[in-house]
Amino acid sequence: MAQVLVLVEHTDGAVKKVTLELLTMAKAVGEPAAVFVGSGVDAAADKLAEYGAETIYVADAAELNDFVVAPVAEVLAKLVAEQSPAAVLVAATANGKEILGRLAIKTNSGVLTDATGLSGDGGAVVAEQSIFGGATIVHSKVTTGTPLIAVLPNATPPVAAAAAGNRVAVSVELSAAAKAAKITDRVVEEKGERPELTEAAIVVSGGRGVGSAENMGVVERLADSLGAAVGASRAVVDAGWYPHQSQVGQTGKTVSPQLYIACGISGAIQHRAGMQTSKTIVAVNKDREAPIFDLADYGVVGDLHKVLPQATEEILKRKG
Amino acid sequence: MNIVVCVKQVPDTWAEKKLDPASQTLDRSGDNILNEMDEFAIEAALQLTEAHGGTVTVLSMGPASATDAIRKALSMGADSAVHVQDDALAGSDAPGTSLALAKAVQRIEGFDLVIAGCESSDSRTSVVPAMLAERLELPQLTFVNKIDVDGSALQVRRMTDDGYQVVAASLPAVVSVVEKMNEPRYPSFKGIMAAKKKPVDVLSVADLGLDAGSIGSAGAWTAVADAANRPPRSAGTVVEDDGNGGIALVDFLATGKFV
Ligand SMILES: Cc1cc2nc3c(=O)[nH]c(=O)nc-3n(C[C@H](O)[C@H](O)[C@H](O)COP(=O)(O)OP(=O)(O)OC[C@H]3O[C@@H](n4cnc5c(N)ncnc54)[C@H](O)[C@@H]3O)c2cc1C
Repeated sequence: MAQVLVLVEHTDGAVKKVTLELLTMAKAVGEPAAVFVGSGVDAAADKLAEYGAETIYVADAAELNDFVVAPVAEVLAKLVAEQSPAAVLVAATANGKEILGRLAIKTNSGVLTDATGLSGDGGAVVAEQSIFGGATIVHSKVTTGTPLIAVLPNATPPVAAAAAGNRVAVSVELSAAAKAAKITDRVVEEKGERPELTEAAIVVSGGRGVGSAENMGVVERLADSLGAAVGASRAVVDAGWYPHQSQVGQTGKTVSPQLYIACGISGAIQHRAGMQTSKTIVAVNKDREAPIFDLADYGVVGDLHKVLPQATEEILKRKG
Repeated sequence: MNIVVCVKQVPDTWAEKKLDPASQTLDRSGDNILNEMDEFAIEAALQLTEAHGGTVTVLSMGPASATDAIRKALSMGADSAVHVQDDALAGSDAPGTSLALAKAVQRIEGFDLVIAGCESSDSRTSVVPAMLAERLELPQLTFVNKIDVDGSALQVRRMTDDGYQVVAASLPAVVSVVEKMNEPRYPSFKGIMAAKKKPVDVLSVADLGLDAGSIGSAGAWTAVADAANRPPRSAGTVVEDDGNGGIALVDFLATGKFV
């Protein structure tokens, strides 16, 4: 069975949930093989094997992390040439998609982005894609080269399936072109204890209706009572009430949690584009006509400053 | 410095987008606009040439109607435009688009910077700037909200999932910008009048030295097998807050086992 390469998303070896989802999906179309770029594979290897990685390719040279996107594309291009995989899967993040963009040109291969499912069709890989912000579902194939597919987080639950996890070192000599854009500084903004936005099972988002930076506290408290991540509309980010990484929408993050609670968000098309594949959608808004109610499985027409604290208190009470 | 700005005409963001059932490509028959993200790229280019001198050339690939988007970019203040327009381009995927754009960029003499929006609101793949950089063998600085140029040194702030990176490169380079870059200017009346006289160079696939089989649907590396609209969400329950809205909300969450 041909391998399916899965690019591992990790922070110093802490593997992100989306990678386990991708390994799970890979099994439908071939033999999962993880591609680990950077340091920390010792911390990651057991987890990758537990979720089905027969092979773990490890590219661990210090300089791989010093440049934008291109080095990872070179590692993958080398593996594509050597292993002729059935497909290459990455998480559909901005970074992941750009890696695929470069890899596509290097390997003369087609790219499919924002996949929500994978299936095999007589040897060919078929991707289900969610396009136009989730309004249309298409099934597509790559017709030239190796299928390069960016998969949305939360598309499938990760299923453990123990595998060998054999480590294979990959040596890379970066081309001069890959070193053209050098990262000279990295700034990580504090995100605290909450789960990561794109990975969280529950997301509670605040919009302009929240009213101020301080008031984001009512959204945070509801989120914390549910163990949820906090998101925001662009209006909130533009006003400086919440950091930009929390923006959900067309130009923010795409989230697809089990539960999305939109508080004081009107539901502009650009916001909907980032959250409408959420399984269950709840809205709190004082305007009955707000378009967010068209999407909502459950809506409360009311002042979020009353509804959210009451809901938070009730949740804490029921949890005992 | 001479800057090329890639712009695309897209269906109006606020309209519902759909696929044409016959061609399985985007139905572009409704209202079309200049991709909003590209306005931030144009503004960034104008600010850079205002500070450092030079020219701004708008580059677009698209049908004849894309002239409207090109005119808007020219009326904002760009100096000239290149319009890659050929029936053979219809149905191009991202690799095909980046091929045509790369060929067109290579014809523009003495360019220092290519700036694009970080995504188009119709296909939303965000891969074209990366592909362009790969094809042109230039440094790639993407998802940027701040650009500083000093001589031939370029420094940008690149937005990431958990913060930002500072990235350095030298010109020429390919940059893509996010909407937190700047505040795009509105075309003035003078700008709109002046745009009518600005040169627009129309290029065919043959002018770019490409054969028709390498672009358009014929050259696409992907194919759509089938498409369907997601079934509309069935209308949910909406309640008025009568003083117990929060508790009613938690009752609903409990039915889904979220509490
Ligand atoms: C190129 C481009 C990209 C964009 N990308 C994004 C994106 O990625 N994400 C995004 O979110 N937007 C994006 N937008 C912006 C989008 O068009 C909207 O402007 C934005 O989503 C509005 O945010 P909002 O819903 O918080 O604010 P508003 O539209 O102002 O809505 C606020 C809502 O709060 C309600 N409200 C007010 N007070 C209360 C209260 N006390 N209790 C309850 N409800 C209350 C109001 O009834 C209203 O419905 C983009 C726009 C453009 C042009």
